[in-house]
Amino acid sequence: MSVKRVFRVVVFLLLLTSAPAFAVPEIQHWVSPRGGRVYFVPTEGLPLLDVRVVFDAGSARDGDKFGLAALTSGMLDTGAGDWDADAIAQRLENVGASLGTGISRDSAYMSLRSLTHPEKLDVALETGREILARPRFEQKDFEREKSRTLLAIKQRGEEPDELADIAFFRALYGNHPYAHPQEGFAETVAPLTREDLTDFHKRYYVASNAIVVIVGEVKRADAEAIAERLLSGLEKGAAPPALPAPAPLGPAETVKQPFPSEQTHVRAGVLGMTATDPDYFPLYVGNHILGGSGLVSLISKEVREKRGLSYNAYSYFMPLRELGPFQMGLQTRNDQAGEALRVALETVKEFAANGPSDKELEAAKKNIVGGFVLRLDSNQKLAEQVAVVAFYNRPLDYLAKFTGKVEAVTREDIRRAFRSRIDPDKIRTVLVGGGAK
Amino acid sequence: MLFRGLRLALLVSPLSLHAAEPAVHEFRLDNGLKLLVQEDHRAPAVVTQVWYKVGASYEHGGVTGISHMLEHMMFKGTEKHPPGEFSRIIAANGGRENAFTGQDYTAYFQTLEKTRLPVSFELEADRMRNLLLSDKEFKKEQQVVLEERRLRTDDQPRAKMEEHFQAVAYTNSPYKNPVIGWPDDVGGLNVDDLKNWYGLWYAPNNATLVVVGDVNPGDVHALARKHFGPLKPSHLPEIKPRGEVEQLGPRRMTVRVPAKLPYLAMGFKTPALRTAGEADWEAYALEVAAGILDGGNSARLSSRLVRGQQVAASAGAGYDLYSRLSNLFTLEGTPAQGKTLQALEKALGEEIRRLRDEPVSAAELERVKAQVLAQHIYQRDSMFYQAMQLGMTETVGLGWKTVREYVDKVNAVTAEQVQKVARKYLVDDRLSVAYLEPLPLPEGAKAPEEAAPMGGDHVR
Repeated sequence: MSVKRVFRVVVFLLLLTSAPAFAVPEIQHWVSPRGGRVYFVPTEGLPLLDVRVVFDAGSARDGDKFGLAALTSGMLDTGAGDWDADAIAQRLENVGASLGTGISRDSAYMSLRSLTHPEKLDVALETGREILARPRFEQKDFEREKSRTLLAIKQRGEEPDELADIAFFRALYGNHPYAHPQEGFAETVAPLTREDLTDFHKRYYVASNAIVVIVGEVKRADAEAIAERLLSGLEKGAAPPALPAPAPLGPAETVKQPFPSEQTHVRAGVLGMTATDPDYFPLYVGNHILGGSGLVSLISKEVREKRGLSYNAYSYFMPLRELGPFQMGLQTRNDQAGEALRVALETVKEFAANGPSDKELEAAKKNIVGGFVLRLDSNQKLAEQVAVVAFYNRPLDYLAKFTGKVEAVTREDIRRAFRSRIDPDKIRTVLVGGGAK
Repeated sequence: MLFRGLRLALLVSPLSLHAAEPAVHEFRLDNGLKLLVQEDHRAPAVVTQVWYKVGASYEHGGVTGISHMLEHMMFKGTEKHPPGEFSRIIAANGGRENAFTGQDYTAYFQTLEKTRLPVSFELEADRMRNLLLSDKEFKKEQQVVLEERRLRTDDQPRAKMEEHFQAVAYTNSPYKNPVIGWPDDVGGLNVDDLKNWYGLWYAPNNATLVVVGDVNPGDVHALARKHFGPLKPSHLPEIKPRGEVEQLGPRRMTVRVPAKLPYLAMGFKTPALRTAGEADWEAYALEVAAGILDGGNSARLSSRLVRGQQVAASAGAGYDLYSRLSNLFTLEGTPAQGKTLQALEKALGEEIRRLRDEPVSAAELERVKAQVLAQHIYQRDSMFYQAMQLGMTETVGLGWKTVREYVDKVNAVTAEQVQKVARKYLVDDRLSVAYLEPLPLPEGAKAPEEAAPMGGDHVR
């Protein structure tokens, strides 16, 4: 009995006091003699290591060869140094390592996860090093991977959701390097040659354009050696020049693309913010309330909870090196596309004009601050967060100061930031589906 | 010349690879609720999952999808907490939450900073017995679920083909029905059906509470007794066996829907770990067989069919060790440019024949086992995944200790055993095959130079 009573008191106290401050892991940073920037967080408890090597080599660097960055990245592990694709895969899988490559609009990355067992880690790192420094881009592999890419592009044509994304980015970005889809189009991938890939690799996969992120159970000296080893095969090279800023938007436009689906996929938005935007926190916290917090967000409440119009209705800012999109999205039965769009747009416009209530702001802060630890509670999540800090050159104490900056946001900050970014007269709207009439 | 790079001398003992498994603390409350607690002190966070022994495979004809529909309604309020408040309270406490339904389970979860665990327990205990099912909320949510079905299945050529494939591959097993339910069944549900389903299955003696995180097992037990202890148990329905009848020959089907690419699915009737009974090695041997075919980029399907013969643009194999009833060992793939579904089916069939006729090489077997061991350690990086494994094995009737046996059981599988199960189960009489034959669709997105103005109307 007494145990139970004591316990109840303890629980009561814990709920009254705010959570004990979570010690955000400190990011160690140095610049490699070869030119790459290195970011390291030591962790304890599991004998594993997550490594990411990130280059400014995303689809925004395609030039007019849309799909070049994606195909280059996709071919890295199909042959490198002395090894063909089978040999690379066998080396990694013999030691249980997993390696992935991929791109976004801004960046290209290689991620490597390995056990810290010395011989196993050695094999994993050596394989990763060769893939970055000496990819073969053999003609037969090139033909096969190009053909697979063309099929993937073709398959995209059966997905109204993907078609809506493509149309939305085009409506937002016009001729800017962010406008085209990362995989390119059939007409731009088909003419690519293996020389295009080797040229792209030579230009962008260089030490001065590289960031190395190391998170796991290793010592500082080991991390230094790992970074040097991964960068050791790369030319010093140079970072590429900055991207152009996207052109300001003209008057609002609506794009309608008929498609024989049961649902119509809707997108609406404007140019949003950059990854180092001075308004980053007001916009982030504001959108959390508007459409970024799942079922409790305003858009979801209006579209789904009150009216049952959509399974998934949301909004987000995608911060990029240059202005990334702010977008709202949903999908709904064709005959109610107009109604769902109207409800969602009204919600966005009302919020952009008036901002949140005190209560809404308070709830959002509680959610973001109270849940901050959940963003960093595994090795893998930590590695992903550090990679974003590193790639966009955010301050090293960005994660440590994150919750403080969130707490400092006011209703007025949000109202001002949203009014300046979301001009209702410039919204791009896209509808793809049977309701796009 | 090959530059070898720097050699590392890492000061990590190889012994740490065999670091002790974190203990699972098992408790049972007087009302039958099972509690599993696993400590993970790397970050001050905690995952709570409540698993109910009910899912699509418990449903009967006419009400398919009712378990999933009820999952949605579980967020629609109790006497204490009006609709939507569950999510608002979890959000205000910095938490993340959601739920999922499968053939064999319905599960609810919250991830929270560790001191907020009581919040999750209070809310989960409340909705375990006190759900209000209002007609008004139900009618709206039914529309949401129908939208979910359109999104996930009806507008997805491959998902639609998979749905029809399962319906043909099984004769009487409840696995023939989709988890989300057939459209008429979902549309025909009413709030009384939901009340009845909730009354049948939502009780402490039909649930497992799993907690993984920065917690003390004794404290969690006390907290569970406080919140869940007062709940009344139910008299649970008898679970009928519903075992699939023996298949008497190969089955073939074709799905013609608007799509851009053809697609192939094949499935062989196999036992799951639970239905393999004494011969549990058979299930682990099938698991290894799936790894030989599709355990990474070096495995046979990628190496031989995608890269070697270039008959597939992509190909995969799968086996579900932890299902409650017997299941399918599946193969699927997309033909490479210029290759037919028939050619891909032949190539996949040839890989199955090799498994039957030739023992797998020692190197391949070792590679599968090395990956299993490494993945086992990587999985410990995710509290959520660990909780999933405990909850799932417990809920399908295997018991959580199965998770702990996995690495040893896989390690014990021999090449001879892989060949044995291939000969016994991966045979024609147990096979179903489905083709997706695309019907025409409009042009996809084109590059700007050649595109019509956005391929459609362009309205200011």
